[in-house]
Amino acid sequence: MLRPTGASIGDQPELVSTTTGGVLVRKRVALFLAVLVSAGVCLFGVGAGPAQAAGESIFGFLFQLKGNVRTSYPSVVVTAKGPGGFTGKAVSDKNGRWTIEVPRPGTFTVSIDTKTLPKGVTLTDPSKQTLKLPVLEGQDKPVLFPLGKSTRTIESKWSQALQLTAEGLRFGLIIALAAVGLSLIFGTTGLTNFAHGELVTLGAVSTWWISTGVLPLLPDFGGLQFFPAAALALLLCAAMGWVNDVVLWRPLRRRGTGLIAAMIVSIGLSIFLRYFYLYLFTGSNRSYPDYQSQRGLNFLGVDLAPKDYWSMAVAVVVLGGVIYALVRTRTGKATRAVADNPALAAASGIDVDRVIRVVWVAGATLAGLAGILLGLAQGVNFQMGFQILLLIFAAVTLGGLGTAYGALVGSIVVGLFVSVSTLWIPVELKNVGALGILIVILLVRPQGILGRAQRVG
Amino acid sequence: MDWTRILINALEASVGLQAVVFALAAIGLNVHFGYTGLLNFGQSGFLAVAAYGLAVTVATFGLPFWLGIVIGLVGAVLLALLLGIPTLRLRADYLAIVTIASSEIIRLVVRSVTFEGTFGGSDGRQNFAAGFYSLNPYPKGNYNIGEFGFPERVMWILTVGWALVGLSCLIVLLLMRSPWGRVLKAIREDEDAVRSLGKNVYSYKMQSLIIGGVLGSLGGFVYALGQASIQPDIFGTDTTFFAYTVLILGGAARVGAPVVGAMIFWVILSLTDNVLNQAIDAGYISSSIINNTQVGQFRFMLVGLLLMILMIFRPQGIFGDRREIALDAR
Repeated sequence: MLRPTGASIGDQPELVSTTTGGVLVRKRVALFLAVLVSAGVCLFGVGAGPAQAAGESIFGFLFQLKGNVRTSYPSVVVTAKGPGGFTGKAVSDKNGRWTIEVPRPGTFTVSIDTKTLPKGVTLTDPSKQTLKLPVLEGQDKPVLFPLGKSTRTIESKWSQALQLTAEGLRFGLIIALAAVGLSLIFGTTGLTNFAHGELVTLGAVSTWWISTGVLPLLPDFGGLQFFPAAALALLLCAAMGWVNDVVLWRPLRRRGTGLIAAMIVSIGLSIFLRYFYLYLFTGSNRSYPDYQSQRGLNFLGVDLAPKDYWSMAVAVVVLGGVIYALVRTRTGKATRAVADNPALAAASGIDVDRVIRVVWVAGATLAGLAGILLGLAQGVNFQMGFQILLLIFAAVTLGGLGTAYGALVGSIVVGLFVSVSTLWIPVELKNVGALGILIVILLVRPQGILGRAQRVG
Repeated sequence: MDWTRILINALEASVGLQAVVFALAAIGLNVHFGYTGLLNFGQSGFLAVAAYGLAVTVATFGLPFWLGIVIGLVGAVLLALLLGIPTLRLRADYLAIVTIASSEIIRLVVRSVTFEGTFGGSDGRQNFAAGFYSLNPYPKGNYNIGEFGFPERVMWILTVGWALVGLSCLIVLLLMRSPWGRVLKAIREDEDAVRSLGKNVYSYKMQSLIIGGVLGSLGGFVYALGQASIQPDIFGTDTTFFAYTVLILGGAARVGAPVVGAMIFWVILSLTDNVLNQAIDAGYISSSIINNTQVGQFRFMLVGLLLMILMIFRPQGIFGDRREIALDAR
């Protein structure tokens, strides 16, 4: 029966010609845990800036455009009805803006009182006086009551599809950055790393910290500009990857810890780190100070902010670099050799431990970069990495576990699918579709798109 | 600091609702992971199906309580079949990813605004437990020994809960002493050897998945009835991993271990919660370091550390045998 290559991280002890005593290993692991705890203790007491209200609201602007002249309509009454007998009422201000705070997510019925509109101003479509719409968790739901005669055609399904494809590509590239690292770590050590999402979060959270200047243990230094902050955060992620391998995973490999045991250890680490981030960062969603909002740029019918274009460019360049490194450089070739057959790789003179360490550092850095870019796209919160972890798994499985190129292809497919499927399914259920695809893929082609047809069960 | 109160809270936690729920969830996991070596990371999905099966039947459709229980149980069996058919032929880590994905699918669907009419969105469902409490044999009042004790509603759910725990342990004990149970353990040790003896491994694994899932789903019923209300986010992945911590703490592949594990686990959590909260209130710990709302986060960090430490230094837990734990992927 074929066993997958590199199936057990317990294979490693023979390869590295070691007779490490259990005591030393025990000490190393205990040291790691002690570091985790003391990190927790040292950082106590460092708040992370003001929390933002995480409520929901419905808002809109009442105005009419004539050429380039915008006429706003104040003191128009809008009402909302919702679950639990909720009723809210708002009157538009001088900019035509109205806002109704709602107590919780749900389906709301919003209606405009047409009698309070100025004389001669009517709804574009009189039947749309009352709208029924869902408000998601934490959402500020925009509602538009178009006024005056219709001047523009409705956006076609095709242009929507184009827009969603672009957004899906951006999301897919972000997933790819994280997935390549996860896939390489799985390929070389056999570890299914459930704490990979926390490396993603680390990238975003530490960039936010450094760029706001509210750093643990240090006085508030006002913050760095975004790019140097991101660079420092990447260094931190690389260090975290190194610490992960040297202090935790390598000692465990030497002890011959089984794959499932290692997986459960990574789950424990993931829970610990996630709630540690929550403790430091609080539960709110924040954006980087330099990129609160950016005006969209229309390019070939696609409306994205400049930061989206260059973050996609960064991802493409970095992923290209990773592929080049894997194909052309000595370390890259060694990595593929170790993923293919660790024993043979060691026999031909490859330092397996060094390769795995490089993979951990590179994988953590890539995950951190994914986190920074994801933070640009959707804001930073303490469980952003954990929220996309299952999508990363889906991407890696789709492409074929343990193959780096497969992870790339799988990520793009997952990103596009998640985004474009919102044409037909509600936005809040988009991840359900992607996870469903994961299960279907395992049914029909368990080795993934690019995986070799070997037994995985 | 009021040490009597802290100790009584800890004592109450050791037999309280959470201990019962996690004991049942872990007994189910024990059948999956401890005896068969199946890495089910979607146990919270089974709890969710049972709890929502009951709540939706009663609260949304106004049908009787007993029908809700039946629908919840049928739901758990169906979920096991749905999960098992594609994944039981796959290696352990694939099974883990698929089961965790499906439990998240269930959670995302029941909390969605789209299906709010049926499942109640992020508010969940209430008003479905009246049928259960109308059967309560305890007269109204508090049942206390000194300061330790519960009111009549809690007494009733705990009586039913611990009876279910006892019954589940008995079922697992009898099953695992039977030839059927020995085949399960053999599958955990060496699947290929069992297959070469002419056993249908796939079918045995499926039966194990169904039985463990149904035992875990009892935890979902007990939770829903005990709280008389459910919210979707209770059934997140953390619930599954808490149940794993409970199982590993007690010792996998031991009949009573999940029960002892659950009791110890909730005593530890209750102690840390209460001691920290009281120390903060009394001013021993500055509230700039940790405040009362952050105690909950500290508890999760503690669980994460506990899971790591147990798995690294003592994967067999308190009662287990290291040779009997499925630690390698097959």
